[in-house]
Amino acid sequence: MTALSAARHGRHMDGMLSALTASWDALPYILGGVWWTLGLIIGAMAVGLVLGVPLAVGQVYGARPVRRLASLYVWLFRGVPILVQLYLFYFGILAYLSSFEALAFLHLDSAFTAAVVVLGLTSAAYQSQIFRGAIQSLPEGQLKAARALGMTDRTAIMNIILPQALRLSIPGWSNEYSILLKDSALAFVIGVLEVMSRTRSVAATTHQPLPLSILAGLIFFVLTWAGLKALKTLEAKVRMEGYSHQGSL
Amino acid sequence: MNEALTFAFERVVPGLNVGLWASVGIIVPAALLGVVIGILAGTIRVYGGVWLRRVTNWYVALFRGTPLVVQLYFWYFALPYVHIGGVSLVLTPMQAAVIGFALCSGAYQSEYIRGGLLSIKRGQLLAAQALGITPVNSILFIVLPQAFRRALPGCGNEIIYLIKYSSLASIITVNELTGVGRGIAKATFQNTEVYVIVGLYYLVLVTLAGWVLRFAEHRLAIPGFEVKNS
Amino acid sequence: MHNDTVVLRVENVVKHLGGQRILDGVSLTVKKGRLKVLIGPSGAGKSTLLQCINFLLPPDEGTVYIEDRKINGKSRKDLLWLRQRVGMIFQDFNLFDHLTAMENVRVALIKVKKMDKRAATNRAMEELARVGLADKSGLYPAQLSGGQKQRVSVARALAMDPEVMLLDEPTSALDPELIGEVLAVIRDLADAGMTMIMATHQIGFSSSLADEFLFMEKGRIIERGSPAELLARGSCSRTMAFCAKLSELTGELGG
Repeated sequence: MTALSAARHGRHMDGMLSALTASWDALPYILGGVWWTLGLIIGAMAVGLVLGVPLAVGQVYGARPVRRLASLYVWLFRGVPILVQLYLFYFGILAYLSSFEALAFLHLDSAFTAAVVVLGLTSAAYQSQIFRGAIQSLPEGQLKAARALGMTDRTAIMNIILPQALRLSIPGWSNEYSILLKDSALAFVIGVLEVMSRTRSVAATTHQPLPLSILAGLIFFVLTWAGLKALKTLEAKVRMEGYSHQGSL
Repeated sequence: MNEALTFAFERVVPGLNVGLWASVGIIVPAALLGVVIGILAGTIRVYGGVWLRRVTNWYVALFRGTPLVVQLYFWYFALPYVHIGGVSLVLTPMQAAVIGFALCSGAYQSEYIRGGLLSIKRGQLLAAQALGITPVNSILFIVLPQAFRRALPGCGNEIIYLIKYSSLASIITVNELTGVGRGIAKATFQNTEVYVIVGLYYLVLVTLAGWVLRFAEHRLAIPGFEVKNS
Repeated sequence: MHNDTVVLRVENVVKHLGGQRILDGVSLTVKKGRLKVLIGPSGAGKSTLLQCINFLLPPDEGTVYIEDRKINGKSRKDLLWLRQRVGMIFQDFNLFDHLTAMENVRVALIKVKKMDKRAATNRAMEELARVGLADKSGLYPAQLSGGQKQRVSVARALAMDPEVMLLDEPTSALDPELIGEVLAVIRDLADAGMTMIMATHQIGFSSSLADEFLFMEKGRIIERGSPAELLARGSCSRTMAFCAKLSELTGELGG
């Protein structure tokens, strides 16, 4: 409370000026956090992709126990808030695991790794649903034709189903990107030095939470916009002539 | 195992239950407000005049394009620094949380409402007009019943998200479920156990909410209605 | 049944849509009990004309008179009066998807004519029975075939006791085997003396019922005359030429 009162008493006239100066000075430091933010997002999306595709395939084509397991995973990681997962994983599980000498090489005390794992596991749950929807939207005939040609299910899924499903999932990825971008800001609670974390520390020392939080908001806004643009170009590049989402036949 | 359970029920659960009430105290008003804001914004974005639509679209872009945690931080820590005519507004953590959640959720809700409104075939409004039904009645009895059903899955899911993201209120010092959990974990040094229980609380909340949503969708279902008409 | 009261009169209606002059000064008069049929190629303005008559699309120029009352497009009161007297059937049916067949027929009775629920329900069931769908009253549009949907929409319009019915290509969106049931309902209406203007490609059907054909092209009525006159062997009417083209495609007059 004292910090607040001091700030209020202090700077009415030169309030605007010192606000802008503080923000300007802090800009390089805060922008440095963007690299960490991007690292979190890319790492999480990658983990989510690598895990999400098998999850989706398991949910659509798997035997019952596999389907059950996949659904359980999805339920778990979509049901527990990311914040709680971060606390649980970093302060709970990792702290426990890192007390074992044998596992020291895994750098389990890295907050960044922990955040990527948590965000990635959750993203996998959501991405698996995107893929699942895409796979299920493909006409039945696709798999039938593949089988009729003598392909094993494995070949058919890898070469016929997945390439199409992945293309169809790109719009869903755009959504996932923007969600991950915002969730990455939570990593500050376990000490990752991304944008939000840096903003908070600067704001605490300079007592200028107003311009700095607006700055942070702006940075995230620009990152959202830029990322979505990039994904749109990707979608355009990968689009095939005449291939519609409905799928004919 | 027995020890763990005793620990759970005697030292953790009572405290968490208090936090649970605080969480509910945030979620319920925020969800309701969010839906109201969403309906207003969504309707404006579909039926409003050019400038009204533009401003509302900016609102939605802003609140969907920035992290919720930044928004909460702003409402609690930064807002007191906004001086308009010598006056500034200082919100309690609870107030900041509800307002922050409501505004953010409202932006997302408006997307679903808008989608629902846009999905109504234009021909139905023509038919209503041809029959002499007034514009107001057309919206009330033809558009809204359908738009509501179409928007329900999205709006319901948004509320489920809200339940999860209410955990962020702990960052602005609200003693809700996560905040209380953190306190207990710090005090007992049993991080894993405590956070697992906290996680379970949210799982139960979210699952229950999901059931309610599924039930509502089922009750309101109209044959052939889910099929998106082009 | 057939008398000479003028029910509907349209004078010099002009309408622009998307920069194009869709209706280029159209006039027509309809007396009680008559069936006028609008024929012509797509884009000729048939739909637009019908929608101008009940002001779903307000005309840019020209006047519409219902029972000698001039309709002021800006007056809510006039429009309400108009729409209670003019019924419209759409090519795409436009049934209210969230209401059952019976509720579709009854909704305007309650909301516009302010009838009480029971009276409205009874009337709705009457009209549904009249088009042969009393047993489908509890079904939703998604559960009905195209022909049934169109018949429900006829019941819905008839329940309002209109003086005039406007039918905008009522069978164009139907599969061939479903067209007959809708045409039967329209024939019954004509026999009962309903005043109607219908835009259609069903030449064969119309020629036996229509009092007059109006051939439209590029926003004007190019030819008028009784079906007999226009389709007579040896007449060099544009109508004849157009119908010949149609029958080439469908194998008989109107398919």
